[in-house]
Amino acid sequence: MGTGSALSVARVSKAFATPEGGEVRALDDVSLEVADGSFTVLLGPSGCGKTTLLRCIAGLETPDAGEILLHGERIDDVPVWKRRVNTVFQSYALFPHMTVAQNIAFGLQMDKVAKADIDQRVGDALEMVRLTGLGARRPSQLSGGQQQRVALARALAKKPEVLLLDEPLSALDLKLRRGMQTELKRLQRETSITFVLVTHDQGEAMAMGDQVAVFDSGRIVQLGAPEDVYLRPRTAFVADFIGEANLVSAVRDSSGLSIAGLGGTDPAALANPEAPETGDVTVAIRPENISLEEAADGAGTVADVTFTGGDVHVEVDLGPNRLVVRMPSHGGRPPQAGARVTPVFLPGSLRIMADG
Amino acid sequence: MTIVQDEAPPATPAGRTRRAGQGSWWAGMPGLLYLMLLVLGPMIIIVIYSFLSRAKFGVGVKWEFSITPYLDLLFSESLAGGRSFDPTYLEIIFNSFWYSLLTSVVCIVLSIPIAVWIATRPAHRRTALVFLVTIPFWTSLLIRTYAFIIILNDNGPINGALQFVHLISSPIGMLYTPFATVIGLVYSFLPFMILPIYASAERFDFRLAEAAYDLGANRWTVLWRIVLPSIRPGIVAGTILVFIPALGSFLAPELLGGGKTSMIANVIAAQFGASRNWPFGAALSVLLLVITMLVLLGFVAVARRTAKAQGNSSWESLL
Repeated sequence: MGTGSALSVARVSKAFATPEGGEVRALDDVSLEVADGSFTVLLGPSGCGKTTLLRCIAGLETPDAGEILLHGERIDDVPVWKRRVNTVFQSYALFPHMTVAQNIAFGLQMDKVAKADIDQRVGDALEMVRLTGLGARRPSQLSGGQQQRVALARALAKKPEVLLLDEPLSALDLKLRRGMQTELKRLQRETSITFVLVTHDQGEAMAMGDQVAVFDSGRIVQLGAPEDVYLRPRTAFVADFIGEANLVSAVRDSSGLSIAGLGGTDPAALANPEAPETGDVTVAIRPENISLEEAADGAGTVADVTFTGGDVHVEVDLGPNRLVVRMPSHGGRPPQAGARVTPVFLPGSLRIMADG
Repeated sequence: MTIVQDEAPPATPAGRTRRAGQGSWWAGMPGLLYLMLLVLGPMIIIVIYSFLSRAKFGVGVKWEFSITPYLDLLFSESLAGGRSFDPTYLEIIFNSFWYSLLTSVVCIVLSIPIAVWIATRPAHRRTALVFLVTIPFWTSLLIRTYAFIIILNDNGPINGALQFVHLISSPIGMLYTPFATVIGLVYSFLPFMILPIYASAERFDFRLAEAAYDLGANRWTVLWRIVLPSIRPGIVAGTILVFIPALGSFLAPELLGGGKTSMIANVIAAQFGASRNWPFGAALSVLLLVITMLVLLGFVAVARRTAKAQGNSSWESLL
């Protein structure tokens, strides 16, 4: 990773009018720093504003308020065609009347690159995405995965300061998507271009991002390294959206934490400076961080057991709360439905949510 | 205008059974017969007449083989009986061509912005706007062309307005000029250009324009290199719908051109009327047919090339 900020988004807001005459705040006071040469993922469910932010950076939307800086220079009033950022579109948006090579050359022609250099750079771009020899084809003659690579090559050939990728893998099937994740990481390392990728797939975000920004309703609710976001989710939304989480209600007081239906628990979990000090709280716990001990006087009852292959999912009824526990299939015989069990939490795995 | 070329249906074992959902051959018969009798029939008669001789008083034909009508196209007969080259009719054909071409180009230039504008409106408003484009069809073309006599004449609203604001001191003679003819032609055929271009523009994926902007293209480049190639099928279809009928148009040159700017259809009409030379009128008609056919073939070639360039295997779908 390089030094300095390739892209800064400062307090950007954007609202859209709805057909019914209302207003949707797609971006609500969003700020984000993207380090030079890093891979940042904007993650969130559809309609959370992540794509709007990407389009604001590209220049395809104009923010209502805030500033966007590219290597320290304001770009939010620069027209889209003059910004040194390029986009890989979700639909790929390849020009159907041009060959693959012409598609890639288009952006270079706009930069008034010399003819000989264009050929050279088109060849390089094709090689980079491993499509050498397919330059004369039409986009319609390529598979979805190949079209995706052409879109990538077309944007990368321009050597942008920041490459924006809008759900680039969403149209690919699962296997291809895995391969392309690795491929994108490789391309990002080889070119050391700053990548900003939008996705709703948390697995994709975890696998690719140096930094993940989790969006909810037009705001960034958490920003951090993938491990950070997964292991230390700030809010119930983040805990639930990224990976699986049990969100259980509990009461916190000076003596510690009491989970409804379970009683007092290990206070080692309480390390979240943002969490409320007292009162009703929500606690997140990952299903893989719970083990079950069968005991006649156990606090919970096993409601359901589902075998999913590598794991067994056990649902435990705690009265007011319900826990999903994931245990490896090889880890001995799982408890039967109806059995009384006591959940045991891995030390440090409980996390109190900042939003109560 | 879309000519859908269906793939041949798989042969059914019985050979005669019709698959559900496919049209019956018999249901198409009345229309086919109608076309054969009333389009093909008169055409055959015209071709035959064009090889016959002029009747004594000019009405009808004399059943005697002759190629004089075709000679008359290029050579005029002097009183002494000798023939010399006379480009009069060639000029009329050239004029017809030129006015039709001009009409098509003006229609294209006017239609693209309208069509693209309509195509970029919200879906519910597009229907209403397309409906508005078709409003001229509600009244007869004859009446609408007469209306232009009122608009364009020396005492009409245009000359009146220009004189009122002292831009001109005496009326500009607009009526009975080639200008008036082309104005009338453009007016008559504009909807035929707008609708097919709109049909193409509506299918255009405007995300392609965004992608082009993103790659550094400005508005003009986006229009020329991305939008225009994508709506070219509509332009080709619209040009066929405008150019071919314009070539044979009668009303606009007759009423607005005032005889000074004859097009080929007016000359043909005159041969069957005042000039009383049916075989020559027939020969001119055959010539118009041949020219029209050649132009159509030209369009097909262009469409085929465009389709090939776009990697589209069924070029017919472009029309």
